[in-house]
Amino acid sequence: MTHLGYLLAGWGIALAVLGLYGCAVVRRGRRLAGSVPEGERRWMTSRGENQGG
Amino acid sequence: MADSTTSTGSPGSRLLGLTTLVGLAGLLLFAFVFTEPDVRLHPTTGEEFGQFDAVRLLYLHVPMAVLTYVAFLTCAVASAGYLLKRGAWWDVTAHASAEVGTVCCGLVLVTGSIWGRPVWNTWWEWGDVRLMTTLVLFLLFTGYLALRRTPAEPQRQARRAAIVALVAVVDIPLVNRSVEWWENRTLHQQSTLAELKIEDLTLFTLMLGFVVFGLVFAWLMLHRFRVGWLEHAQAGHEVALAIAERHAEMETLDVDAAIGQTGGGK
Amino acid sequence: MGSRGVGQVRELFTDARLVATRDLRIEARSRVLLNQVAPFALLVLVLFGFALDADQRTLRTFAPGLFWVTVLLAALLAVQRSASIEHADDAHTGLRLSGMAAASVFLGKAAAVFVQLIVLEILLTVGIVVLYGSEVDDPALLALTAVAAAVGVATTGTLYGALASGLGARETLLPILLLPVLAPVLIGATRSFDDALGAAAVDGWAWLGLLAVFGLVATVLGALAHGAMIED
Repeated sequence: MTHLGYLLAGWGIALAVLGLYGCAVVRRGRRLAGSVPEGERRWMTSRGENQGG
Repeated sequence: MADSTTSTGSPGSRLLGLTTLVGLAGLLLFAFVFTEPDVRLHPTTGEEFGQFDAVRLLYLHVPMAVLTYVAFLTCAVASAGYLLKRGAWWDVTAHASAEVGTVCCGLVLVTGSIWGRPVWNTWWEWGDVRLMTTLVLFLLFTGYLALRRTPAEPQRQARRAAIVALVAVVDIPLVNRSVEWWENRTLHQQSTLAELKIEDLTLFTLMLGFVVFGLVFAWLMLHRFRVGWLEHAQAGHEVALAIAERHAEMETLDVDAAIGQTGGGK
Repeated sequence: MGSRGVGQVRELFTDARLVATRDLRIEARSRVLLNQVAPFALLVLVLFGFALDADQRTLRTFAPGLFWVTVLLAALLAVQRSASIEHADDAHTGLRLSGMAAASVFLGKAAAVFVQLIVLEILLTVGIVVLYGSEVDDPALLALTAVAAAVGVATTGTLYGALASGLGARETLLPILLLPVLAPVLIGATRSFDDALGAAAVDGWAWLGLLAVFGLVATVLGALAHGAMIED
């Protein structure tokens, strides 16, 4: 395969950035979800908290 | 994503995420294993030319470029919607699509540059219209996100951001036109699809790329939107809390005053 | 109906003139443009000379681009100054209470910035002729380009100046918001000056058209957006 370095760099950087960005968004959501009362959280599953509270 | 913690995930988004991951694995197989490199033969000399294996970057680059424009268009529509309807939904959508779009736009520039090195023999080409327009677009929305991150009163913030997004979108055709006139020596394929030696499988892989990165985009948008919505709800909740606290404080003061009076009477 | 429309338009421009006169009067008293912005612009021209090794042929070739980069940098200062007038002593509240249309305020403030930019451009033209040895081939194209570009910069700048005002990080925010939007003006005005100063063989008049379109779009959009922004 020609240009293997370019291919790995291109795909690698893109997938890594998308993955990291996705993780960051999810983590941000989790942190925020804790500080918002249950009634205001739409779409979200929070079984763990229901059991706890 | 474990069910035991509170997160922006829902059964629907998890299914979407799983489909996306499977799709990505499939796309990688098609892009790297099943498709052939782009090798063409010169009609007279019989020499080999083309993009060779660098073409495999296009299955990533082209869908990302299209999604970037989809994201910024969504941002503009949502911004206009906000100015007309003033709903938080529009504002959160605009912010989410701008952020996801900026990530995609950055990746388009990076992958394009990596692709351009072997194919055009340069990392960067100043005279290329699409390249320069995308760069200016990236800078415009970097500014937009910087404005978004500056603390301010939420409604004024939303209004300012909506105006910046709309100005940016109106500005883009002018940027495009000016760069096109500036140096009329574009290197970019008129259409990547038209110039490539298109085989069924190449075309299929490119289409698969659109679908898979479309799914990635949708997943990111979904979660980013929910984060935005939580931020919005949190801000509202904090205001409500502060008001409640103030009320409680006033009541305590009243009680104190009453106690003070009775205490003074004794 | 028709006469009422005409009356409204007349009021729009009368109010705009009032705002512009106020801003220019403040400027005439404080002399920020003459004492700070203009020296800064000339300083930038000199710095370019140092950076490009004081080779007058090189400087003459790149004079159009250096001229417009300098104008944009100086415009940032002028715009910031114009926006801070509104913020000082809560003047914008006074303006809002005066019952003037937001579009009038916008047009007035943009007009004041426009006048200041024209003064700056005249100074800088003298600057590049003296320092860089530029020669004016086509004065009409030069003047019209200066006017059209100043309209675009003044209107966009006024809108973004108002937008960034009142925010904590406005000094750093304004450049990254404003400069990318002005990219077409920089490209267009530079190419047009290339023709007017004989630095490169291009069709400057076509570029003037682009600048005119930008100025028009920015004026209309700014007048509309300014209303959406300051209403409360």
